[in-house]
Amino acid sequence: VSAASERAGVRKAQALHQQRLRLADTSFRVLVAGSAAVILLAFVATAFFLVEKAWPALSHYGLFSFLSSTRWAPSEAATATGDTNPYGVLQFVYGTVLTSFIAMLLAVPVAVGLALYITDVAPVRLRKPLAYVVDLFAAVPSVVYGFWGIFALMPVLHPIADHLTKWLGGIPLIGPVFAGPFFGPSYFAAGIVLSIMVLPIITAICREVFAVAPVAEKEAALALGATRWEMLRMSVLKRSTAGIFGASLLGLGRAFGETIAVTMLIGNSVLAIATSIFGQGATMPSIIVNEFTEATEPFHLSSLFVVGALLLIITLIINVLGKLVVSRISETIA
Amino acid sequence: MATATDTFQGGGPLAPMLRRRHLRDRGMTLLLTALMIAIGALLVWILAYVALKGINALNWGFLTDTPPGNPSDAGGGFYNGIIGSLEIVGMAALIAVPLGIGCAIYLNQYAKGRIAAVLRLVTDVMLGIPTIVTGAFVYAIWVVEFGFSGFAGAISLALVMVPLIVRATEEMLRLVPRDIREASLALGVTQSRTIVSVLLPTARAGIITGVMLAIARAMGETAPLLLTALGNDLFVETNPGERMSTLSMQIFTGATGGFVNAQDRAWAGALTLIAIVLLLTITARLIARTSAVRR
Repeated sequence: VSAASERAGVRKAQALHQQRLRLADTSFRVLVAGSAAVILLAFVATAFFLVEKAWPALSHYGLFSFLSSTRWAPSEAATATGDTNPYGVLQFVYGTVLTSFIAMLLAVPVAVGLALYITDVAPVRLRKPLAYVVDLFAAVPSVVYGFWGIFALMPVLHPIADHLTKWLGGIPLIGPVFAGPFFGPSYFAAGIVLSIMVLPIITAICREVFAVAPVAEKEAALALGATRWEMLRMSVLKRSTAGIFGASLLGLGRAFGETIAVTMLIGNSVLAIATSIFGQGATMPSIIVNEFTEATEPFHLSSLFVVGALLLIITLIINVLGKLVVSRISETIA
Repeated sequence: MATATDTFQGGGPLAPMLRRRHLRDRGMTLLLTALMIAIGALLVWILAYVALKGINALNWGFLTDTPPGNPSDAGGGFYNGIIGSLEIVGMAALIAVPLGIGCAIYLNQYAKGRIAAVLRLVTDVMLGIPTIVTGAFVYAIWVVEFGFSGFAGAISLALVMVPLIVRATEEMLRLVPRDIREASLALGVTQSRTIVSVLLPTARAGIITGVMLAIARAMGETAPLLLTALGNDLFVETNPGERMSTLSMQIFTGATGGFVNAQDRAWAGALTLIAIVLLLTITARLIARTSAVRR
């Protein structure tokens, strides 16, 4: 009797133990699934609440009036009559695109060169440390880049800008782009600092893109008598065009969203679009950070949310495109 | 890979062409080397400039005082901002680390098919959301209800950190050999126990590295905090329910204010911030070296 009841007891205890294990297993699963759900929710909520806060201004003025006007004059909002929208956002789109364009123009060729040097030219022992050096640019905080830009870089840019004005300012068509005078804060200064800030991400992705170039092809090129540069051009660069494009898109996404350094360097002028790169302006992120906590005019804050929602949509598109392009080259990149 | 980088010196009918090709090769090698040196010099310029300006302005008072009431006055420091940075980033890490690691575990161990693809895309895309937009979002969900506060700042920084942690953790979990995991399961260990006692310890060094890099990133963030924590230079605030300053916000205000003394304080702040961030970054790299699994 006692043996049988003991066995039953053991079986019962085992069943209980199993049950507890299953319970622990399930709760762990629910826990990690829950954290994934929270992150998913945060993403959806970001998009939703930006649009929700932008809605009052959007429904009052109409989406098109934001995108068709360059005039940003919050002080007129209270007295504006009828349908005139004092919150045209085009000049911020212009500022964002222009500064990012300057940044990409400088950063992409430099990043490609650096990545080539690090993956294929540098002495093998130096390759890892050199990659770390470029990565360190990403560790410097945005606010420090802006601060350094104002005090260290601007004085250096001054003579460069003056010369560009002197040499190129007189040429028809492109002359106005380089019209002076250069005071310091400008699209130019912001663009240059942006180019330094996006350098590490573009270089890192280009490095990974170049690293997947098949060794057999590289050795074949060398065996056929190609010089190293010819090998790099034919077996590495040629097949990496898409990868470089993807890396540039991901860098561009960063440049579009960069806030503090640009705000410190662009001059924060909202009066009109300056055609010269030495002029002053504002970008989508800079107008948000500058006016957000002081937005007291009717629909002012809501209009800043319109800018934010627009910025979110643009950067999402650029990033998804960049990600798609790059992931076609290799699953693990970026 | 052995390559002929020296100028071609042989003869024959093709010699001029070969010489040109080798000269070109040499020229490109020189150009790329010069580019690398120039970029290294640029990094040194940035770091040295901040270091020199910062050391000149750094003193004991910087670490123990709040900024003077009148920003044009000399003296005072960023004590309140340092406290604020530590507190806000600390809270952000408390939120982001469990969330990020949990999400990475789900992604790596449980999620299948379309859910996995969507979740991976979302965490990747979140990396690209401008932090100013994240700040505006936290303003909309938190500040509108409860006012500007250190905690609101912490939420925004947590949202900046989460995708970084998810990606680093998932990459590490992916590197854990299947054998180890299957050996554990074959011994009758449950899946959750396998994850906690086998997978995570194996990937530990890499996960710590990822978390430290995310913390370094959050330390330097300014834009989202300007919309959420707002800043407070009047006194040392330790209550996260109230407006708070951080080191990064104080640098921004000092740098753009136009007062020489305020700029000096900001330089000392910039040096302090860069020292903290570089220390975290370099330590993270060193820890990554000790990892049991590597890329």
